[in-house]
Amino acid sequence: MRKYKPRTFVLEVVMVAVAIAFLFPVYALVTLAFKDPGQIANKPLSLPDPPSVGSFGEAWQSASLGSALLNSTLITVSSVLVLIVLGSLAAYFLARTATRLSYTLYILFLVGIILPFQLGMIPLYQMVNDLGLLGTYQGMILFYTGIQLPFTVFLYTGFIRSLPADYTNAALIDGASHLQAFAHVIFPLLRPITGTVLILNAVHIWNDFFTPLLYLGGSGRETVPVRVFAFVNEYTSNYGLVAAGLVLAALPILLLFLVLQRYVIRGFASGLKG
Amino acid sequence: MTVTAQAVRRDAVKAPRRRGGGIAPPWLFAVPALLIYVLVVLYPAFSGAGSAFTDWSGVGAQRSFVGLDNFQQLFHDDQALGALRNTLLLTVAIVVVQNGIGLLLALGVHTGIKSRMVLRVIFFAPVVVSPVMVSFLWKYVYNPAPDAGLNAALGAIGLGGLRQDWLGNPSIALWSVAFTVIWQCAGYSMVIFLAGLEGVPAELHESAMVDGAGTVARFRHITWPLLAPAVTINLMLSTVGGLTLFTQIIAMTNGGPGYATDTLSTVLYKQAFVFGKFGYSTAVALVLAIFVAAVSFIQIGYLRSRETAA
Repeated sequence: MRKYKPRTFVLEVVMVAVAIAFLFPVYALVTLAFKDPGQIANKPLSLPDPPSVGSFGEAWQSASLGSALLNSTLITVSSVLVLIVLGSLAAYFLARTATRLSYTLYILFLVGIILPFQLGMIPLYQMVNDLGLLGTYQGMILFYTGIQLPFTVFLYTGFIRSLPADYTNAALIDGASHLQAFAHVIFPLLRPITGTVLILNAVHIWNDFFTPLLYLGGSGRETVPVRVFAFVNEYTSNYGLVAAGLVLAALPILLLFLVLQRYVIRGFASGLKG
Repeated sequence: MTVTAQAVRRDAVKAPRRRGGGIAPPWLFAVPALLIYVLVVLYPAFSGAGSAFTDWSGVGAQRSFVGLDNFQQLFHDDQALGALRNTLLLTVAIVVVQNGIGLLLALGVHTGIKSRMVLRVIFFAPVVVSPVMVSFLWKYVYNPAPDAGLNAALGAIGLGGLRQDWLGNPSIALWSVAFTVIWQCAGYSMVIFLAGLEGVPAELHESAMVDGAGTVARFRHITWPLLAPAVTINLMLSTVGGLTLFTQIIAMTNGGPGYATDTLSTVLYKQAFVFGKFGYSTAVALVLAIFVAAVSFIQIGYLRSRETAA
């Protein structure tokens, strides 16, 4: 089946052609970013000749991408860390206790997966406002922790159920506390699922738009998508500048993806295998 | 967010809960997560569902009970009804086309072609980029000028007659938005189908080939039934994604031209944060939530029966 036959070659040509068509928008954007206004007007689809990089510096400045990247990094890293710690702890209890309470709690967490967050959007906005957390990192971290917990708990619970219980029992009998047993015995065993949890949550939080727009708009702590939104709407007709800004803003996560592609793709697909 | 086949299957067979003679961990372990979950998700959702029956009109404002008034208004509001229709049309288009393309891509790269690993990375890459940026990228591609973006490309390959004002024409705009979502998410469907395809034992195909089964017959009788869990996940993910679509609309059309691309999510956002009608907005959100829940249950039920039958 895996032999390279003439049919395989035909398929190869078709798939590569599909990929080239698929990449057309990216080609249009990247070439745009390297053109000066004269070239944009006269040769919209050609390669930039000569390429000019002036738009990049200007876009970086105008969109304050440096500070936006810092904000996004801080919020994403903190939220994911909190999610991993709280999610795995809760899942450990839910997976290893066979009481009605633990079953009810598990179902309660699952409800959060299908509950669209729009339903609680306004009461939550008011609560965050009342707590004085609008425009703060803490507000965003609290939000992402809560909103992503159901999914995180769900992934961890499934994984822990498939682990044998003997390891922890041995540790507990040796006099370790539950927390020690969890930290030194269980948590290291969770590495594969922790990788999945980390990747899925990080990509979601890094790219989220709606809530940071509501909570961080105008605060100076805007994340990358919110800054890009404001930037593009301000410079709408300056195509070269907008394109350069979009390329710069997308670059960090794309580079990270290229470096970690195996893990990222496996993480997104792994739901299937658990 | 992502719902996995594991859940669907696990609940279906009611896996015996592990006691394992183990020493149960203390319930305190679940308390921090539970507190934050209740504070951020459950309480606001219940409070939101409650305010759908009030005339709440702004942060801190008093609200009084108005019964079903908001829902009556919703079903007489052309913008909201149009948004409901758009939401359903978008969802159907995205679910069908995104998963169709995702399946074809998966079948294409799950072969002996040399470029298969590179192609996977290329098709999946848009998934990790923010929908805001993908939307702006496509907003440029959809530039109405005849010599820019997609229109220029159509002109260059001799299809100049197909040039359109992709986002400005009310009868096309919705499909242009749908296509942007499909372009970004087809790679996600692809990797989920790929994971399913990798679980199909090669020996099954080999013995079927010995028996003289053709490509189509093998797909129908071997691959397709075994892909059931991947189909379940993909349908659920794309349905919920389509029903709650917001970012791409706000970034590309802001609901326009007119109300041609408004969805339930953009309407409830505008009602709340542009018009300050919080009660009405949460009523729209409740309708959306009921749709999402209903679709999730129907799909889980139907697809589960398909999986067990397979």
